[in-house]
Amino acid sequence: MAETSTPTLIHSPTIDAVGLAERVARFKARSIKTASKVSALRLALSMIDLTTLEGKDTPGKVRQLCRKAVCPDPADSSLPHVAAVCVYPSLVRVAKDALKGTKVRVASVATSFPSGQAVLGARLEEIRYAVAEGADEIDMVISRGKFLCGDFAAVYDEIAACKEACGEAHLKVILETGELHTYDNVRRASDLAMEAGADFIKTSTGKVSPAATPEVTLVMLQAIQDFHVRTGRMVGMKPAGGIRDAKTAVTFLVMVRETLGPAWLTPEWFRFGASTLTNDILMQLAKQRTGHYQSPHDFTND
Amino acid sequence: MPAKKKTNAPPAGSATLAADPANDFRLGETYAPAPEATDHARVAPAYGLFIAGAFVPPASGKRFATVNPATEETLSEVAKAGPADVDKAVAAARKAFGPWNRLKTTERGKYLFRIARLVQERAREFAVIESMDGGKPIRESRDFDVPQAAAHFFYHAGWADKLEYAFPGRKADPVGVAGQIIPWNFPLLMAAWKIAPALACGNTVVLKPAESTPLTALKLAELIADAGLPPGVVNIVTGAGDTGAALVNHPGIDKIAFTGSTEVGKQIQRAVAATGKRHTLELGGKAAHIIFEDASLDQAVEGIVNGIFFNQGHVCCAGSRLLVQEGVADLVVAKLRRRMETLVLGNPLDKNTDIGAINSRAQLERIEALVQAGVEEGACIHQSGQKLPEKGYWFRPTIFTETAQSHRITREEIFGPVLSVMTFRTPDEAIEKANNTPYGLSGGVWTDKGAKIFGVTGALRAGVLWANTFNKFDPTSPFGGYKESGLGREGGLHGLAAYVNLTHN
Repeated sequence: MAETSTPTLIHSPTIDAVGLAERVARFKARSIKTASKVSALRLALSMIDLTTLEGKDTPGKVRQLCRKAVCPDPADSSLPHVAAVCVYPSLVRVAKDALKGTKVRVASVATSFPSGQAVLGARLEEIRYAVAEGADEIDMVISRGKFLCGDFAAVYDEIAACKEACGEAHLKVILETGELHTYDNVRRASDLAMEAGADFIKTSTGKVSPAATPEVTLVMLQAIQDFHVRTGRMVGMKPAGGIRDAKTAVTFLVMVRETLGPAWLTPEWFRFGASTLTNDILMQLAKQRTGHYQSPHDFTND
Repeated sequence: MPAKKKTNAPPAGSATLAADPANDFRLGETYAPAPEATDHARVAPAYGLFIAGAFVPPASGKRFATVNPATEETLSEVAKAGPADVDKAVAAARKAFGPWNRLKTTERGKYLFRIARLVQERAREFAVIESMDGGKPIRESRDFDVPQAAAHFFYHAGWADKLEYAFPGRKADPVGVAGQIIPWNFPLLMAAWKIAPALACGNTVVLKPAESTPLTALKLAELIADAGLPPGVVNIVTGAGDTGAALVNHPGIDKIAFTGSTEVGKQIQRAVAATGKRHTLELGGKAAHIIFEDASLDQAVEGIVNGIFFNQGHVCCAGSRLLVQEGVADLVVAKLRRRMETLVLGNPLDKNTDIGAINSRAQLERIEALVQAGVEEGACIHQSGQKLPEKGYWFRPTIFTETAQSHRITREEIFGPVLSVMTFRTPDEAIEKANNTPYGLSGGVWTDKGAKIFGVTGALRAGVLWANTFNKFDPTSPFGGYKESGLGREGGLHGLAAYVNLTHN
């Protein structure tokens, strides 16, 4: 594709790391209590992409996870289901069957996750396979090597090709911000992904640290805001990796609320890629409900 | 608990309807209340004058109320010091001066360290009372005012026994008795700015806090007594302008340190002319905040917000004139207006409050009058839409676009949450507009280019300049202005120099 396909790149603003950290500190200082806290925790629960991405994953484990996704806490049936279950392509069919009749979506990582180090043809084939197996959403990884050496056009083209391969499925573009190193790069990669057709932009695979820091997430939220103002198109956001407790999750929601506004505060536009987060949210909600903290073994590990 | 209410299994996308719509995280107007506890804050129903180490009633017996500007409720009655009381306070300071000056400098330092530590220990109480008396958000009094006040005592405590290194080759003697008059915008912090360097250099002081915010200075007096500071080293007299005038005109005063309005600063300078009294004046400002198109815009917007809405804009160095380069002006204003809507306005004691109460009814009326002038002169007003509480003094975050250099709102210090926005095309134009003001206290520049930072800040005639940030303070950094923004510096070595007479060894 011609280089003119990425005209807006030159407009990617720079990010001042000191100012960014100060803004994040303000978000962290927000004190979310009582009714605000309960509704934020329920919201966070409904936004989780319950994830298992390990070599040792089994159909049985995926089915367990699907059960958890539909009914996170058997002790409280008023709680919402999570947004999606996220698995490798080979387990998409299992998840799809287990979630039949529910509104929980099936997401699948593809494109040679997590490294992205395969030829583009194979990566696109993996997307087509996952979609054919029933995936509603595809989480792709970008070629960080190409991005870092300045070959933005190649990255743009691969994202556009992946979007095409997705068909009806939603495309989440994983930037792997831990490998991009600077906030300027995160911003540029976010703009690139959105221009190339991403439905969601996502921080990390969860396999590289640091992953979804609040700072990186804020940079991406601001990119989404600017993109929306410029084009009128809403793009979703998914921080993933490293968000383990309810308090951190609420901070992320505060950032979304004050950066993008309430329109993005739905599972349609914001997701948490997480696994251990779920039980901490359930524990905090049980605390709000009963006044007492329950033991960790009162919540299911799936 | 709302969580107990059962909801029907909601569809994805609206799985979040909470039981209580008013405080629903997504749909509620703001967050549920998160008030700071106040039960630990002890405010006496009445305070006397702190003279010679003890609280004494005023000679006239007169008192005045100090009110909470967020509720209009009276917090306490404080003494109104007349000339006789000022005379008594100056005499106490004079009597204490000799022994304090002769005290071993390491011992002087110890007292200051002790005061600093006690401020830290009582930080929560100071923060709560500061917010109750002045209307500023607890987030600011807790995270800024009180820690900075402690930092000033710590910093100057360190200098007490090292003055020969501060002024090498010269002998630094104290000036004597300092009369210090402070404003209502940072009551405790300004008291610390004044008292700490004076004491470190061996002076004694008579301090007059502002009439609308005397409480934390009086709490500081209690703390100073608890620290065992020798009686008379610090005296605190409360009152309004006539009390300040009595202090300025008192023949027993060797130095006047004043922070406040340019108008009163001019009166003081006239009053001390040819008296031999040394004086430093920290007065008003109308800072230019310059945003170049290559700046990190989201962070710059945050800097603009901190620059003008910090402490409801009651900040002499507030970035009240925004100069934005043409190419990004619309974008920056749009971002700024969006950001203004997310500011939480209300109860200063709520931990989520960003914009507290306007300090007094009189100040609110001044702000309203100037904003009215801005509208009448043809500038375009944009105000955020927060609901204002029914009681108390409040003003919404406000910006004016399409302003001219000749508008009152771009020339006069508003001292409220009101920003005037202008555009510029070239760096030279920005510099010219920035310097085209009677004031010269502070300024800010946002650009990604280091060379531009040095080029522009070097050409700005202002005492304090920030690059890619705004409203940052440190006891080691001198603070003060050019032109009608004042004389002298406070903080750092330059600030120490105001409290010593230097002679060559």
